[in-house]
Amino acid sequence: MSNSPVQEFTKGIWKENPVLIQLLGMCPVLAVTGTVVNGLAMGLATSFVLICSNIIISLLRNFIPKQVRIACYIVVIATFVTMADIFIKANFMDISKALGPFIPLIVVNCLILGRAEAFASKHSCFKSILDGLGMGAGFTLGLILISSVRELLGNGSILGMSIIGSWFKPWLIMVLPPGAFIAMGFIVAGMHVIKEK
Amino acid sequence: MIKQNLLIFISAAVVNNFVLSYFLGICPFLGVSKKTESAVSMGAAVTFVMTIAAIASNLIYNYFLAPFNIGYLMNVSFILIIASLVQVVEMFIKKTSKTLYKSLGIYLPLITTNCAILGLALFGVLREYTLLNNIFFALGAGVGFTLALVLMSGIREELEFADVPKPFKGVPIALMTAGCLALAFMGFAGLI
Repeated sequence: MSNSPVQEFTKGIWKENPVLIQLLGMCPVLAVTGTVVNGLAMGLATSFVLICSNIIISLLRNFIPKQVRIACYIVVIATFVTMADIFIKANFMDISKALGPFIPLIVVNCLILGRAEAFASKHSCFKSILDGLGMGAGFTLGLILISSVRELLGNGSILGMSIIGSWFKPWLIMVLPPGAFIAMGFIVAGMHVIKEK
Repeated sequence: MIKQNLLIFISAAVVNNFVLSYFLGICPFLGVSKKTESAVSMGAAVTFVMTIAAIASNLIYNYFLAPFNIGYLMNVSFILIIASLVQVVEMFIKKTSKTLYKSLGIYLPLITTNCAILGLALFGVLREYTLLNNIFFALGAGVGFTLALVLMSGIREELEFADVPKPFKGVPIALMTAGCLALAFMGFAGLI
């Protein structure tokens, strides 16, 4: 169980990737990945909350009574989510409008509570930061992957720039809700194929 | 008045279905939709908690957070309300009805982290719904959640016997099925 610091960081990106392998925090993954910008913003906001709450919870891990730990974690997480929400509202109004209630909903993202319970409450602050960084990066990369697929097929563009020429007729369905399920289904199936080898 | 509330109900139940078009409550949707019986119980539990949470969040926001200008405490207070509500509801059901507790019991704690509940409370504030609006919204969302869960469980029970390609077994085929369901629900868009 004792991983080296490098392993603590890299495990979140590939081996235990929260989006592609562990399938944690599916609601934001499906909901905000219509465009790459939204996916990226969501990934960064979640990473911020994840890293900060990991730091605080690992520092407080010897002071929080076992019986009420989940409630304590949620309060810590909700505080950072509120900070991220206000920051995004103040600086990036467009993104805040596009993401709507999904920024406040980071509070109930099972990835963050899961890392708090499974990792930060048992490890040192330094390791928890690495874990948060790795998991956050893995989450963001997963979101970028899915949103790239959806934006490319649904709009013919990535980050708003047209990639495929005008001959391509966009598959509108990919940016609509059903496209999220279908794209995610194919990506998870792809991961199964890669893991089999 | 009645028309507006009916519209909110239908819109939350089928047109903007919480699971299939807002992606709220995906975890229980994928986790508990393997058997129809448990899907019905989960749906009932969620609808129940949703309605109470909608009333509580509306009252707290309008009579406590808004007058004191502390709307930014919304996230923290709503999640605490929901968590404690779930606890109270669980204790109440345990005390009053053993049969109901047996069928809903194990799902109640899971509901705390169900984003559909918090999402509902946040949407209520975002759209400036009145208390009555919020109750209809919660009932609609709950019915929609149950509907999606039951439909999905019916399909997944059939899928058990289907010859699914190996990489698609498990979660991927469930996601594909949900995609098809979401497509079907898009047909309701013309309803209002």
